[in-house]
Amino acid sequence: MALNGMQIYKLLPRKNCKECGFPTCLAFAMKLAQGGTEAEKCPYMSDEAKAQLAEATAPPMRTVKFGTNDLEYSLGGETVLFRHEKTFVNRPRFAVMFSDTMSPEEIEKKIKNINAVNYTRINEEMYVEIAAFRCESQDKDTFISLIKKVTEKCSKVVPMVITDNPEIATAAVSECADKGPILFGANEQNHDAMVNLAKENKLLLGVTADGKEKLYELVEKIQKAGYRELLLDAGSRNLKGAFDDMVNIRRTALLSGDRTFGYPTVAFVCDMAQDKMMQLACASLFVEKYASIIVLSDIDYSLALPLFALRQNIFTDPQRPMRIEQGVYKIGTADEESPLLVTVDFALTYFIVSGEVERSKVPSWILIPDAGGYSVLTAWAAGKFNAKSIAKAVKEFEVENKIKTRELIIPGKVAVLKADIEDELPGWKVIVGAEEAAALPNFLKNYQQAAS
Amino acid sequence: MAYKMPAQKYSGQIQEVTIGSDLKLGGESVLPFYSFDGDMGNKPVIGMEIWDIIPESWPEGVLNTFKDVADDPVKWAKYCEEKYNPDFICIKFEGANPDGLDKSPEECAEVAKKLAENVKVPLVIAGCQNNEKNAKVFTKVAEALPDKNYVFLSAVESNYKEVGAAVGMAYGNIVAAESSVDLNLAKQLNILVTQLGIKPEKMVMDPGCAAVGYGFEYVVTTMDRIRLAALQQSDTTLQIPMILPVSFESWKVKESIAPEEEMPEWGSQEDRGIAMEISTAVGVLGSGANAVILRHPRSVEVVRNFISEMTE
Repeated sequence: MALNGMQIYKLLPRKNCKECGFPTCLAFAMKLAQGGTEAEKCPYMSDEAKAQLAEATAPPMRTVKFGTNDLEYSLGGETVLFRHEKTFVNRPRFAVMFSDTMSPEEIEKKIKNINAVNYTRINEEMYVEIAAFRCESQDKDTFISLIKKVTEKCSKVVPMVITDNPEIATAAVSECADKGPILFGANEQNHDAMVNLAKENKLLLGVTADGKEKLYELVEKIQKAGYRELLLDAGSRNLKGAFDDMVNIRRTALLSGDRTFGYPTVAFVCDMAQDKMMQLACASLFVEKYASIIVLSDIDYSLALPLFALRQNIFTDPQRPMRIEQGVYKIGTADEESPLLVTVDFALTYFIVSGEVERSKVPSWILIPDAGGYSVLTAWAAGKFNAKSIAKAVKEFEVENKIKTRELIIPGKVAVLKADIEDELPGWKVIVGAEEAAALPNFLKNYQQAAS
Repeated sequence: MAYKMPAQKYSGQIQEVTIGSDLKLGGESVLPFYSFDGDMGNKPVIGMEIWDIIPESWPEGVLNTFKDVADDPVKWAKYCEEKYNPDFICIKFEGANPDGLDKSPEECAEVAKKLAENVKVPLVIAGCQNNEKNAKVFTKVAEALPDKNYVFLSAVESNYKEVGAAVGMAYGNIVAAESSVDLNLAKQLNILVTQLGIKPEKMVMDPGCAAVGYGFEYVVTTMDRIRLAALQQSDTTLQIPMILPVSFESWKVKESIAPEEEMPEWGSQEDRGIAMEISTAVGVLGSGANAVILRHPRSVEVVRNFISEMTE
């Protein structure tokens, strides 16, 4: 539970030495309670008091890590149940499940699929981050050769080693230790050995038990043994049960402030449904609420496109809307004779406008100036989307060299900019376009007809 | 220390609304699918979208499924009803669009009447892009089908008086109040519609929809806030069931319409369209939708399975 300023004050030496940078111990305590400074700044606090404070001021949900270097990821660290309350911080990561009893063909197929899905969507690279390996053969060598094969061929995946046998786990982990693997599953029987293995190699440790009550007891034991780099699984392998687990584990941490469940969770969607589309349905729910690792049977673009897009949306900071890069975008088979539209760099606006232009089947160019990342009217009102910023973009992106037209279609809502833009861009004519993006297909068809 | 489940208390409840003779929406007093907290009310329902004209703009994958029936809305509706068993049919009068075929309100009313006579499940009557025309179409359709408890999608800020007066007050059907992804606008429109004299049990709301990846975070956040206000703060103006026309949005984004020749690495266009529809539907159901409108039979099947697994 969080301490208030007075409670913290009682833990301090109360000698007002000012070495922490604050005039009095009380001022320091008040700031500490708000999270505005760190306990380490006080040189005279007892170790006991420090431990008590660290416990009290730690966030309700731990941020844990897996992977290494460029392929290191953070999970957890969430502070709210709904993104509008502040923001979600660490997006869930996707895994594809392998088993060492799968046929070589099936393994090859998944390897191929993982490598095929790799693309960029609004400045974010999209790919499967994790390959999960389930040891079902109970044979160390078979298991290790699977991990080796997949990690060699899929250079980007971080392995997730799944076995309850500490001996096999030790061998598997040492095989891929340089990749910062996830070790899954410490259970009631093996937790001593698994915790030691995770500790030695500094691994994220998946903890699994049959139900939330048993999981809670197990996590308490593991915390007592001094390990806190955990990933939780309360055992449900059906959609409804797993949803209950995700929501209640998250609420236990954030609403009850109970840090025993203050860890990220994993959803084994691959065990909840056979059908690919049903797995997509389950995974979509868990992106919203509240899984940190989502394990699928396989991946392809039909799964990746909605899932990664949904994740990108849900994990956007509400205070920082998504922006797309400024430039001239080519829609369809536009050539130098095609029409030119301009709109703002707010990602949502761009997506809607470009979608409608595509639907019109009139190949076109869309110019995106620096408009502050706002929607059309907001950017205009803020003085970010005006004759100057538009003219600047026309010059910066060398529009006059790329395109022959000297007509610029502007959003209907900012028709007032017409004269200003024509002043800034000699030789250009400004055409006032549609008020709503939905009217663009008709507008462009008519525009094209009139031109020809 | 033993584990203690966190309890979340809710003081409000979503209004129960009956569509047609016995399709019940809403009634829940917990967040979506939070069965562990209390009463989930009626389970969310699924409708299938059909058009009054051949939907040439639909991507091939979904149009092919209906190619033998898409020339006749009655045939189409019956085909859906018999083969895919949706909870309701949503007839979208795209043919009324003044920029398109500009069919008259009377023609639309004729089609709606035939549908009502031939289809057992209730209807949701949706309009075209033009709100002014929709008001006229809805008035005629409601007049032809009085007291059916059909949903009219939708009344917006610019036409709610006309739509509300005809659909809700004069002809005893259900008004869907549509706002554009903004809690305050949604609340305001609900209040305005209620002030016309329409009772909450004759209303649903469409808070605005988008496909996943296309500003979907605004949809989720608006819906989350609506549900939290309705349940935790007992805001009666927001305790109205939500209907989301998922298919209107999910089938027009690039992922659903880009042909395979253009994006060979993306694979089957039909699969992509279905996947965008399913993910969007689950996304809004997870934020409190009581009804979703879908296009592809495969999506209907998967989303129905999803709802069953979550509620049974």
